[in-house]
Amino acid sequence: MFVVDYRDFITLKALNFSALLSFYSGDTSVLAAVYGPAEVKVSKEIYDRATLEVIIQPKVGLPSVKERAQEQCVRESCEASLLLSLHPRSSLTLVLQELHNDGSLLSCFLNGACMAMMDAGLPMSCLFCGVTCAIHADGRIITDPTAAQEAESRALMTFAIDSKKRRVMMTSTKGSFSVHEMQQCIAVSQTASEKIFSFHRESLRRRYSKSVV
Amino acid sequence: MRETPLSNCERDFLLQAIQEKKRLDGRQTYDYRKIKVMFGTDFGCCFVELGKTRVMAQVSCELVAPKENRPNEGLMFFNIELSPMASPAFEQGRQSELSVKLNRQLERCLRNSKCIDTESLCVVSGEKVWQIRVDVHMLNHDGNLMDAASIAAIAALCHFRRPDVGIQGDEVTVYSPEERDPIPLSIYHMPISVSFAFFQQGTYLLVDPCEREERVMDGLLMIAMNRHREICSIQSSGGIMLLKEQVMRCSKIASVKVSEITALITKALENDNTARKAGGRCGFAESMPQERITALKKETTPVEMTDATERANDIFLKSEVTPQTSPSPVVPLPGLGQVGQGLQNSWGMEEDEQEDEEDFNSDEDKETMMEVGKKQQAQGDVVEISDSEEDEVVILQPEAEDKVPKNTSSSSHQKGPVTSKKRHRK
Repeated sequence: MFVVDYRDFITLKALNFSALLSFYSGDTSVLAAVYGPAEVKVSKEIYDRATLEVIIQPKVGLPSVKERAQEQCVRESCEASLLLSLHPRSSLTLVLQELHNDGSLLSCFLNGACMAMMDAGLPMSCLFCGVTCAIHADGRIITDPTAAQEAESRALMTFAIDSKKRRVMMTSTKGSFSVHEMQQCIAVSQTASEKIFSFHRESLRRRYSKSVV
Repeated sequence: MRETPLSNCERDFLLQAIQEKKRLDGRQTYDYRKIKVMFGTDFGCCFVELGKTRVMAQVSCELVAPKENRPNEGLMFFNIELSPMASPAFEQGRQSELSVKLNRQLERCLRNSKCIDTESLCVVSGEKVWQIRVDVHMLNHDGNLMDAASIAAIAALCHFRRPDVGIQGDEVTVYSPEERDPIPLSIYHMPISVSFAFFQQGTYLLVDPCEREERVMDGLLMIAMNRHREICSIQSSGGIMLLKEQVMRCSKIASVKVSEITALITKALENDNTARKAGGRCGFAESMPQERITALKKETTPVEMTDATERANDIFLKSEVTPQTSPSPVVPLPGLGQVGQGLQNSWGMEEDEQEDEEDFNSDEDKETMMEVGKKQQAQGDVVEISDSEEDEVVILQPEAEDKVPKNTSSSSHQKGPVTSKKRHRK
């Protein structure tokens, strides 16, 4: 079950392109916020592209290595789809706050990130979505597993799939599996991504059907 | 990102409006903005909206060793995170002055007031106590972060349930939530902070300043109080000088506000309790209004997988054969293994060793023993046995086992020829 709720970002009226939305997938919920393009620190600036910074905040405790790894995955998918060269020497900040984790957290982050960037109006060459597959001990493939299903699974895979040709942009896996099983999971994720992209389209159509202040 | 500075005309406008007893959003001097308290699916997760300021608090617990001078008491740890989501001026690192100030104020408000019975958190005196950790995340900054944080923290603490513990003699069992229902914390009272902003050296005062008003204020007075009209903490910052009457008046206003807010929190807790008992779904996803145009909900949908399996099979069959993986480790001797060919030695080499290099490159798929053996054969043509009696010269045989112990590492073909070469050159 997907629920998206776009909120207005009031403190940022002066900056262009900012968005805040909450994205729920089952019980897993994530809050995503995008700022930019804005001023960048000289130490971080890139002369011909925008600098994308992804910050993932866990609910309990300080961000640790696990969050850094997830940030890396999200940043790579975003950099592959954003047209960064349209805003050289600027910074784009994407902040993701975990509200509740009931499995498939990384794909929830990816979906929230893509929708936030879409809502902010950042120029992108393609959209992407995150899909998680879990391979059960008996070989069954489950998409979008809950935390309980993840714990019982033999392998867990998250794919970022692009919207133009349904190709895989980023993969993050845990556990052991055969090449054949991976191909099956990719095929399943590609089919599942259709649903997510149609959700993107519908939510945007709804959002912009009236001018909402 | 640097914060956008406030323009002079905006500042003058705000101060002029305050002098005329008007506020930007049309509130009265002593009015609070609309407060909403929501709870999440987990116990101890609370979401507070104070106007547009949004804050989320999560309480968790862990068994740790107690402090040495207080072996019977549990521990409390507070952490306020100024997330970069709240304002572009907040950076990821924690050193900002505002974050230190908020952390300290929340600690004084909740820990020093002893609102939680820490002795009930003791499991085994001197060894194991519960440490309650409260993480508060700022999600949007529109002024008055302190009040929102204190409401969220105390509501989350009231909502939280810790696992049940059973003690039988020396054995301590911690029951999971499925085995036994978790029990709530014992809370004596609910301290809530109320902030007052002062302008024009204390002439004008506003309750619950919004972000713009905070930027032009001279000083801030924070009073933390509970429903029984007990002051838990007072903090005056900004260097304004207040008269006794002003402080008394503020505390009277605060007591009214605190009783309203406490009633609101209690009602929210009751609603959440009834919703959970009735077995309905609870959490943020449910509490979001669905009929708004900015919200969209889609139910669980199964995914067709049959043609996906066929497609995967096709891809697999058509894909290239994977290149031969390296053979399993070769074990020439017990305790010595070799996998792969190792790296080419890129250290500076003399001319003599150039020859060795060429010979070396020509036979790649042989094992260490054979390779080094061949080297020896090649070197045999140019070997120079020195005349010195101190040198011990050993001519190595190709299949000799005794040279193996000198190869201390498995992937060091280079060590073989180099060491033998060195011996000859002495």
